[in-house]
Amino acid sequence: MEQNNNNQPVAHKPLDYKNNQPVRWCPGCGDHAVLNVLLKAMAQLGIPTEKTCVISGIGCSSRLPYYTNTYAFHTIHGRGGAVATGFKTANPDMTVWQISGDGDCLAIGGNHFIHEVRRNVDLNLLLLNNRIYGLTKGQFSPTSARGFKSKSSPYGTTEDPFVPAELAFGARGTFFARSLDVELNISQEVMMEAARHKGCSVVEILQNCMIFNNGIHSYITDRENRADRTIHLVHGEKMIFGKDNNRGLVQDGFGLKAVTIGEDGYTIDDVLVHDAHCEKSFLHQMLAMMDGTDLPVALGVIRAVEAPTYETAVAEQVDEAIAMHGFTCLNDVIMAGDTWNVE
Amino acid sequence: MAEKAKVQFRQSIVVRFSGDSGDGMQLAGNIFSNVSAGLGDRISTFPDYPAEVRAPQGSLGGVSGFQVHIGHGVHTPGDECDVLVAMNPAALKMNAQFLRKGGAAIVDIDTFTQAGLDKALYTTDDPYEELNLKAQVIEAPITTMVKEALKDTGMDLKAQLKCRNMFALGLVCWLFNRPMEAPLKFLKAKFAEKPEVYAANELVIKGGYNYGHNIHATVSTYRIQSDDVRPGVYTDVSGNKATAWGLIKASEMSGRPLFLGSYPITPATDILHELAKRRDLGVKAIQMEDEIGGICSAIGAAYAGHLAVTTTSGPGLALKSEALGLAVMAELPLVLVDVQRGGPSTGLPTKTEQTDLNQALYGRSGESPLVVLAAASPTDCFKMAFQAARIAIEHMTPVILLTDAFIANGSSAWRIPEEGEYPVIKPNYVPEAVKPTWTPFMRNALGIRYWAIPGTPGLEHVVGGLEKDYNLGVLSNDPINHAHMVETRRRKIANVANSIPELKLKGDTGADTIILGWGSTYGHILDAVNRLNEEGIRIAMTHIRYINPLPKNTAELLSRFKTVIVAELNTGQLADYLQSKVPNLNICHINKVQGQPFLVQEIVDGVKNIMMEEEL
Repeated sequence: MEQNNNNQPVAHKPLDYKNNQPVRWCPGCGDHAVLNVLLKAMAQLGIPTEKTCVISGIGCSSRLPYYTNTYAFHTIHGRGGAVATGFKTANPDMTVWQISGDGDCLAIGGNHFIHEVRRNVDLNLLLLNNRIYGLTKGQFSPTSARGFKSKSSPYGTTEDPFVPAELAFGARGTFFARSLDVELNISQEVMMEAARHKGCSVVEILQNCMIFNNGIHSYITDRENRADRTIHLVHGEKMIFGKDNNRGLVQDGFGLKAVTIGEDGYTIDDVLVHDAHCEKSFLHQMLAMMDGTDLPVALGVIRAVEAPTYETAVAEQVDEAIAMHGFTCLNDVIMAGDTWNVE
Repeated sequence: MAEKAKVQFRQSIVVRFSGDSGDGMQLAGNIFSNVSAGLGDRISTFPDYPAEVRAPQGSLGGVSGFQVHIGHGVHTPGDECDVLVAMNPAALKMNAQFLRKGGAAIVDIDTFTQAGLDKALYTTDDPYEELNLKAQVIEAPITTMVKEALKDTGMDLKAQLKCRNMFALGLVCWLFNRPMEAPLKFLKAKFAEKPEVYAANELVIKGGYNYGHNIHATVSTYRIQSDDVRPGVYTDVSGNKATAWGLIKASEMSGRPLFLGSYPITPATDILHELAKRRDLGVKAIQMEDEIGGICSAIGAAYAGHLAVTTTSGPGLALKSEALGLAVMAELPLVLVDVQRGGPSTGLPTKTEQTDLNQALYGRSGESPLVVLAAASPTDCFKMAFQAARIAIEHMTPVILLTDAFIANGSSAWRIPEEGEYPVIKPNYVPEAVKPTWTPFMRNALGIRYWAIPGTPGLEHVVGGLEKDYNLGVLSNDPINHAHMVETRRRKIANVANSIPELKLKGDTGADTIILGWGSTYGHILDAVNRLNEEGIRIAMTHIRYINPLPKNTAELLSRFKTVIVAELNTGQLADYLQSKVPNLNICHINKVQGQPFLVQEIVDGVKNIMMEEEL
């Protein structure tokens, strides 16, 4: 952290990370909350603005880099992950945030997404999932439910959606967390954890589009139901949720079950303790697939395991290769091959 | 039988090794060219291998070739070969057309069985007659002799037969008075870990050499004179390797680390291979998930302050179009190397063509000008890759460097540049004096955007694909501003003409007719012009390496000639471009789109035909 003249750490304020450009999302859009929480998380992490880079693709959420007082790159549709991979590999000293949406990340950018996750590039990917294309005015996305009606699916879609976590785990992801745009504290917590995690940290934020998909997440986000239909997972703590904090998740054969503590013979001892650091992703996947009907939607850090990061492995290999061959410049390489003199 | 071998003095000699793709013809050809280069010959090589990874053994589709041109005044791998080595009937059938009249064919007669002839689809039992072969044929029982030479080694038959290529190489070395030491030294190094393989190859190559010696009564052999080349230290490079090295050189001269984001594609992949090796020089070459990932990772690295490169061939260039537009819009330095091949679509992936020029010049959305260069020979790839990187960095623009399969895979002897031969490249960093008032799209006096490297305090900024305000660098939808930015980006590229060399005339500069080409056709056109001038036909020549922008004197120089002949391996893409840039030229065409380089004779004939028609 930077230090001032009195050798005290410089306190960073969220507004240090905000530039002077007016924010142009629609009033009430969930993206406003995500930007504000991100600025807070950046301030609290204290990484200087010049060491931070925000990279995005195309879409409503991908406009976010235009509002941060950091290095930032608004790229092309779906390719933010590939640009971020090159950027981070070139300069591993930078902290990289990638901002993407469900269309940008999982449709046109699906290939780059699975490969940046597989490579475990150390970046923090905020996936703002509103299950709709907003910028192009209301077409279904790869996370829209089967049968979803939109301008491009007037009779309802005829396809099943992706669950982002499932893709991330399928691509051998090392970090997955989830929050809601309206859950400011959990959002900040998972962003901070994502930044601290060394590797590709995927953070899905269920976000509301006021204009084209208003209320798509209200089943779980509405105040009166949220406590019963979501669970905030914290590593090392019991999986407890509900308005009265008396509901818990227990193992049920090969699956999970939500029970009421004190009923049907279940006690607090039966309730599972969350282990985000478990190498095996099996239970993480079951947690991530809970959809709020029988089982609550999991929020918080679902998985965070250590693994080598891509850019560090590349940099280490460069160091090793230089040490092994002892070349200092191109000429050394050429002269080490077959050469001959012409007088 | 005991006649002395004739020793002919020839300026240059062309040998073509051909066989099944598993027969090791590329290795035999490579060793022979290296050995010749070591003796001071000029060399030029042309591998011609099949598109199929492994076509059926003995079939026409499985034939692989390697042509070597050595000696004096060598500019191309040669139109015709003097000696053709054919390891089976299919190889002879596919390559007989390249053998000059009076040349020599060496065949492994053991493979000319009925089954072998059938696999190669011969319809008679006299293959030479069927092919109308006007050459001396040396029927060498190569397979038998290889088996004989290795009978005491305990090797199995399959391993023994893998050494047949060395027998052919030994025979060719004998034909051209190449001492055995050099190839043996090469093989010893290659098989350092496998002494038993080296021992077998040594037995076989010597067997081939001795066999040649024993039958010399029936063969004319040649001794090759060395070329009078500039003094210096030489090595042998392929165009792809020279391209990789030129980029490394530019990285050293600019102080910007080298990054490659790429995806495998024939015939460009060897650049990725070479740069991947060069982690030992600090190069970060990464293989991405697709072509788009390749260029996008490079754009990310360019934003991070690296000399960023992506390499591809025609279909990959198509996939990279949108991202190229981003690099144009964000005004970031980027080098894209397109090693052209036959198209469209998958086309002729291992063959050569110059058909991507239009795509390079025009293949993007919106008004998106960028710099287009083309390398003229394998060794010129070094220079032009360096120039591509210099222009990209100093002018803050994407640059497309066009090479092609012919020069990328072909090789030449190359004088290693000495210290100081290549200039320092000066990145257009934000000057200290400008920093307090700097905005992201602020430019220097030449209209070139400053490069602010992430990590620098105080220069935090956003770039992107949306249009920016000319002054503030923030988003702008203003119509007049957009027009101004379009013009600013156009002028930036046009200004590159001030930092590239002018066109030079060669040949008969007082002639009324000039012939020009671009890229890899240089050697063939030069040979053709020399031949025409020797015949008393007056013609000048120039060659275009800098295509967009064109050198400043292009219009003035070309306007001096009554007729401008444009020779290119497409249907007239440069000719159309020139017509649009320089009005009132009388342009005539020589075109070829067969996936093959020009033959010098085709250009000579083409010029003569045009001259006849023009006079009518």
